[in-house]
Amino acid sequence: MLFEGVSARVAPGGALLLVGPNGTGKSSLLRLLAGLLPAAAGSVAFAGRRAFAGHEVALKPRQSLGAELSHWARLDGGLARLPAALEAMNLAALVDVPCRMLSSGQKRRAAIARVIAAGAELWLLDEPTAGLDTASAGLLARAMAAHRAAGGLVVAAVHGDIGLDGAGSLRLG
Amino acid sequence: MLWALFRRDLLLIARSPAIWLPVMFFVLVAALFPFAVGPDARLLARIAPGIIWVAALLASLLPVETLLAPDVEDGSIDQLIARGIALELVCAARIAAHWLGFAVPLLAALPVAGVLLGLDAATGLRLGLALLLGTPALASLAVVAAALTAGLKGGGALAGLIVLPLALPVLIFGVGSDVAGAFRLLGAASLVALAVGPFAAAAALKPE
Repeated sequence: MLFEGVSARVAPGGALLLVGPNGTGKSSLLRLLAGLLPAAAGSVAFAGRRAFAGHEVALKPRQSLGAELSHWARLDGGLARLPAALEAMNLAALVDVPCRMLSSGQKRRAAIARVIAAGAELWLLDEPTAGLDTASAGLLARAMAAHRAAGGLVVAAVHGDIGLDGAGSLRLG
Repeated sequence: MLWALFRRDLLLIARSPAIWLPVMFFVLVAALFPFAVGPDARLLARIAPGIIWVAALLASLLPVETLLAPDVEDGSIDQLIARGIALELVCAARIAAHWLGFAVPLLAALPVAGVLLGLDAATGLRLGLALLLGTPALASLAVVAAALTAGLKGGGALAGLIVLPLALPVLIFGVGSDVAGAFRLLGAASLVALAVGPFAAAAALKPE
């Protein structure tokens, strides 16, 4: 048993931070919310669409960044949202670059841009600021604020502040 | 959705340098056998269908480590699950793309292999039809094995051990395609493998 007796509620426009030491199940709880892990007991009540950004960035090394993000945006029916998402994470200049040439921070930004372009109501972010420079972390904070202003939800596993104002927090471990 | 997944899989397979491996392997095996068995043309022609089928079966397994394991490792499968996309669809698309990626070049190379093994035109044509019917089953089995061994070290060798026994019916009816009714049985075996494959592979990929 990794954790039990965990309960939280997030209102539209709200945010929830999962905090706690390493190995207490923050990522596992996020994966559970994303449908990537079954819960031994308990349930998740959420009807809308979810967008997940985990530790793995799911970018094929030989493909260009633009082609990769277009593929996922097409699956999400969000091709029209992609240019704005690229702009929001300052990736517009990198669309023709093969993903193997990108730095880890750039890949992380690409994963966030994919979440933005998905147009999902619930964002599930696993340590989204890991590897990001200050300016990029600012871009992320602005994107999350815009998402919440439009009624979206953010649940993030974090160490430290990622610029989510008025977020609830759930301590594990 | 299926179309978008299939198009993507095909693009990635076509761009990978491994696309040439199965067909080169297939032709090389056909070229090696005359050296191994000797220049007896009658003997070669008699065993040629068996050689070609075994070569096709092994060729279908060559890219097995690149079929699903990279998608599991890099989080692509996670992304698909989080979107609520059925893994059965993902695996069905992967089977179709794998079939196009390995079987179509192999069928194109069949005349070369046929000449190397001294096959006559009629037998070669029948063999081509049998391969056309049977290779979808091989593609399906390879994707199932890829799903079962994704995330294991040395999964490719294990995949071979999983697929080879399961491919026996296809092999038997494929090689024996000159016997009456063998084509139908081959088609039936192929359909069963194709029908079960996406579900078996998806079950293996599902988070436990």
